[in-house]
Amino acid sequence: MRFFFKTDYNQDINLFRDGVDRFWYGLLIAVLLVAPFLLEDFWLGEISYVFILAIVGIGLMILTGYTGQVSLGHAAFLGIGAYTHSVLLTMGVPFWISIPVATLLSAVIGALIGRPALKLTGVYLAIATLAFAFIIEQILIRWEHVTGGFKGFPVPRPEVLGVGLVDDVPFYYICFGALVLAVLAALNLLRSPTGRAFVAIRDSEIAAQSMGVNLAAYKTMAFSISAGFTGFGGTLFAHKIGYLAPDAFNILLSIQLLLMVVVGGLGSLHGAIYGAIFVGSLPQLIAILRDYLPESVARQPGLEPGIFGLILVFFILFEPLGIYGRWLKVKLYFSLFPLYKKATFKRQKTYTKSERNR
Amino acid sequence: MTLFKADNLAINFGGIKAVDGVSFDVQKGQVFTIIGPNGAGKTTVFNLISRIYNPTEGKLFFEGNDITEVAPHNIANLGIARTFQNIELFEHATVLHNLLLGRHAHRSGNLASQMLFLPSQRKAELAHREKVEHVIDFLDLQHYRDTYIVNLPYGARKVVELARALCTEPKLLLLDEPSSGLNTEETEDMAFWIHDIRNELGITVLMVEHDMTLVNEVSDRVLALNYGRVLALGTPSEVQSHPEVVKAYLGG
Repeated sequence: MRFFFKTDYNQDINLFRDGVDRFWYGLLIAVLLVAPFLLEDFWLGEISYVFILAIVGIGLMILTGYTGQVSLGHAAFLGIGAYTHSVLLTMGVPFWISIPVATLLSAVIGALIGRPALKLTGVYLAIATLAFAFIIEQILIRWEHVTGGFKGFPVPRPEVLGVGLVDDVPFYYICFGALVLAVLAALNLLRSPTGRAFVAIRDSEIAAQSMGVNLAAYKTMAFSISAGFTGFGGTLFAHKIGYLAPDAFNILLSIQLLLMVVVGGLGSLHGAIYGAIFVGSLPQLIAILRDYLPESVARQPGLEPGIFGLILVFFILFEPLGIYGRWLKVKLYFSLFPLYKKATFKRQKTYTKSERNR
Repeated sequence: MTLFKADNLAINFGGIKAVDGVSFDVQKGQVFTIIGPNGAGKTTVFNLISRIYNPTEGKLFFEGNDITEVAPHNIANLGIARTFQNIELFEHATVLHNLLLGRHAHRSGNLASQMLFLPSQRKAELAHREKVEHVIDFLDLQHYRDTYIVNLPYGARKVVELARALCTEPKLLLLDEPSSGLNTEETEDMAFWIHDIRNELGITVLMVEHDMTLVNEVSDRVLALNYGRVLALGTPSEVQSHPEVVKAYLGG
């Protein structure tokens, strides 16, 4: 078992706790950097997709996992990012400019949505965000001269010095860099007053307010930041799917995104990444599974959403802390090895809470 | 010097007058206690002061300024901190995290500098941490620093909530039943701390309390409420022997 001996306040602020952490994360980054030399293009594409999902997952995690506001409409922000970026590219705006512009636009729209939505909580908020996603989908369909309507349009493939930025290997590195940036921004946010205020809002709005947190402002900010991350992921997502059409950003995608943060583990950035790996590889697993199912079942069109829903339900029932929570338990099991008690994580009911001022 | 003043405070919930024409003033450096039977409107007075409720009538003054219209999240910036009767901590966060949130009113840096975690931000975080450590020392919370609130016993949560309120560096501290749910020993600790908060930290305390031993031990002035009205106001012994107060508690 490792014991963290603290001698400096900085140790609680630094990104890595100690040399051991630094070594393992360093190794992970090194492996991911050399991966293009070892893997086939197909796998690079899959990993890039996981990176993109992870960026979006971090965005949704900030809103749902840290601020406690559920959103069933994040596919809309993904769509706003993807369409804005692609339309700007088509108009001839450079790649490196259109990404920040699309990100900012998503963040601004997120703030506009957050403002009225923050009056709602729980399931009502989920319904409002769901409605918002439908509105955006309709706009994408109706605004034909910009979005191409139902038919959609192909995403341009920008080049710099003759290198296609969205070819497998360069795109892999772009996605990897984007994810590293997103993780750093999220970590910095979470160790700052703003991130702490988000967690405070999640756990007790009334206490947060009496400690000086402006609930309206911070919830709006959480929405906006989350939408910004999601839109940022959306710009890369556009290149990944190659062809934009409104039905790529439907309710099923929103549910997949929510599934990602719940299955990964609410309230941790690790969870967002694990969830992205899970959701990214799930379609492949389902495709494999189809071969083993009787034909009448395998050909059902609702099979994929059905399995998504089922997994979500099972996780909420049996492992509410998600994959990351399970990982922490496994780690503890080994670090305590012969002394692990079965009841360590037994869920306890607390009776200390009553008549909360909400 | 008058630090806080409530002037003819009243609030109605539908037809119920929860607080009805309550006036009192708290001098700087005092421990001022509000007592009264259940449902007397004590916590409602607190919620009025923290601006969770809007008074139907009356005014609140803090340091001579009218704060009746101040937004609830700005109350902490003025220097008023509070604890809650039913403990409102951030349960899925560590004690340290809870206490650092108490520093929210003193935060610095905009969103961009936080996302980049500029050196100035780190410096500010270290300064906050040092303030928090003073409070941790003051209330003997060293042992719990990295514990999640959900894993803390009730008594310790009570202390953490007090600590979080102290981290805001308040001028006026509102304690809503600081001893409820505590055993005798923990209540004695609480009495010592309230003494020290006033004498060492120079913070004025306004509290709601049922435990008369604690009230007698620490209070300078006591206000007795019943059905939202003032029954008596004076020193602890004066109030306790006041015929109206005796009647409210014992009937007759």
